[in-house]
Amino acid sequence: MSAPTTPAALTIAEAQAEMRAGRLSARELTEDCLAAIGAAGALNAVVHPVPDKALEMADAADAARAAGEDKPLLGIPLGIKDVFCTEGVAAQSASHILEGFVPPYESTVTGKLWAAGAVQLGKLNMDEFAMGSSTEHTTYGPCVSPWRREGDTAPIVPGGSSGGSAAAVAADLCLGATATDTGGSIRQPAAFCGVVGIKPTYGRCSRWGIMAFASSLDQAGPIAKSVEDAATLLGAMAGHDPMDSTSAPLEVPDFTAELAGDLRGRRIGVPQEYRKGLSDETAATLENGIEMLRDAGAEVVDVSLPMTKAALPAYYVIAPAEASSNLARYDGVRYGRRAKLGQGDGVLELYEKTRAEGFGPEVRRRVMIGAYVLSAGYYDAYYLRAQKVRRLVRQDFDRVLEEVDTLLAPATPGPAFAQGEFDGDPVQMYLQDVFTVTLNLAGLPGISVPVGRAANGLPLGLQLIGRAWGEVPLFGAAAALEARAGTRPRPQPWW
Amino acid sequence: MSIDRATVRKVARLARIAVREDEEEQLAGELSGVLDWIEQLQAVDVEGVEPMASVHPLELPRRADALTAAEGEAGIQDKVLANAPDARQGFYAVPKVVE
Repeated sequence: MSAPTTPAALTIAEAQAEMRAGRLSARELTEDCLAAIGAAGALNAVVHPVPDKALEMADAADAARAAGEDKPLLGIPLGIKDVFCTEGVAAQSASHILEGFVPPYESTVTGKLWAAGAVQLGKLNMDEFAMGSSTEHTTYGPCVSPWRREGDTAPIVPGGSSGGSAAAVAADLCLGATATDTGGSIRQPAAFCGVVGIKPTYGRCSRWGIMAFASSLDQAGPIAKSVEDAATLLGAMAGHDPMDSTSAPLEVPDFTAELAGDLRGRRIGVPQEYRKGLSDETAATLENGIEMLRDAGAEVVDVSLPMTKAALPAYYVIAPAEASSNLARYDGVRYGRRAKLGQGDGVLELYEKTRAEGFGPEVRRRVMIGAYVLSAGYYDAYYLRAQKVRRLVRQDFDRVLEEVDTLLAPATPGPAFAQGEFDGDPVQMYLQDVFTVTLNLAGLPGISVPVGRAANGLPLGLQLIGRAWGEVPLFGAAAALEARAGTRPRPQPWW
Repeated sequence: MSIDRATVRKVARLARIAVREDEEEQLAGELSGVLDWIEQLQAVDVEGVEPMASVHPLELPRRADALTAAEGEAGIQDKVLANAPDARQGFYAVPKVVE
């Protein structure tokens, strides 16, 4: 293993060890991250840097440590997805309609991170309102992956919607990042960028202060350089919050409890439906993953989730329906940007012009699809039917997760694609989410772990799926994969 | 093609998004593409299945109908209005509404 050459390239666990030993200060670490961000403009991952705030928080962390304090994230610089409200720091969910918005309050999740000692570096690029799988649909312009195909300089997408989070972590601009996942938006970009991302059980993290996309599906989680770091970050982010009625009143367990990765006595299932139509590379990666889990002592068996095929279209009814309702709040009255009105324009024109100017094409498409499937005459045929399919998807998982405690599946159909590859074909882009949306519909936790490389050099990830509230054993299985996959793949800096 | 231009105009109005006439044709194509793909849901047997709106049983907690600490904070009105595109005399301002 080649040792990282700069502090910003350390994992959270490594940086904590250095700081606890007095060999590194939070200020040095933060300055190194800020320098890395300054040099990485070509990635367009960090869209609202806050260097002054970062250094102030770093100094406070150093002072606290000098006074004998120690906390899990004391002095650890993090990037924050632009979907989180951060008091006094711009947040616009990568949308033109929220240009100029400065939240007057802090999201629960980011508030918990600062309370755990973390340092805020700035806001990260994403697909507008978290709708997308490539971080190309953003008012800030596309985010570019730090990865390139071997022998090729074509820009590659970092995945989405948390593409800025995955790119910033993979490029060592920060030690970890927050992200959100409604249909795969943590796990897919993590897989594309060769880093770790977990979507916890629905209700594990508070949604208070996170701009809503589809409230029954949205969950926050971390993107990190290692399984251990992801467990540490989730421990700080999770917990009941009276401000979110869907956040679970459960104790936060020690997510690092089973990281030794001993899987003896564990039964892990591989859904047969997730093996269909895989590229040879993805199929081979899945086989490697199965061998790794067996090597760690697990019994790996075939299982079946017959509703898999119907899950994706059901998701693309439910998510836009909830989005059309949630995004009704962006009306040019209370916050954000208002269109310039003409003589005699009334309040209807104010809404319609503001939203026409403010929403990008993908958000407009989804809000319109949502309005359509909820409209009179179509509600039963689309929305109600999709909600019934959702129950069938959940029942599939309930049945299978009685026989096995974890599932192994691909995270994505293949490695990251090139910028512009799916222009003009939204359905092809939606198919990227085929292995991830099922978990959101069922509310289950899933973690994406890098386990290999494609022939073109790009990282490939696998996804582990756990029982509801089963993140501790899920992290254990992820650690077993990570230990056998070897050192985290690092992109060759070109930026 | 399941969506025609008239439906695009209707849905645009429901969604409160102004759509220019010269965009209608393309939007009709895009929305039809998505909806035709979603059509495969009709093949699933959902007879007798209860719709599922939430993954956890919904037992919404209640709280006292009183101001929270944040709502009662001094200067909260200014804070709330600070992001408004047009705020006057403690209110959001909009064009005159005549029904």
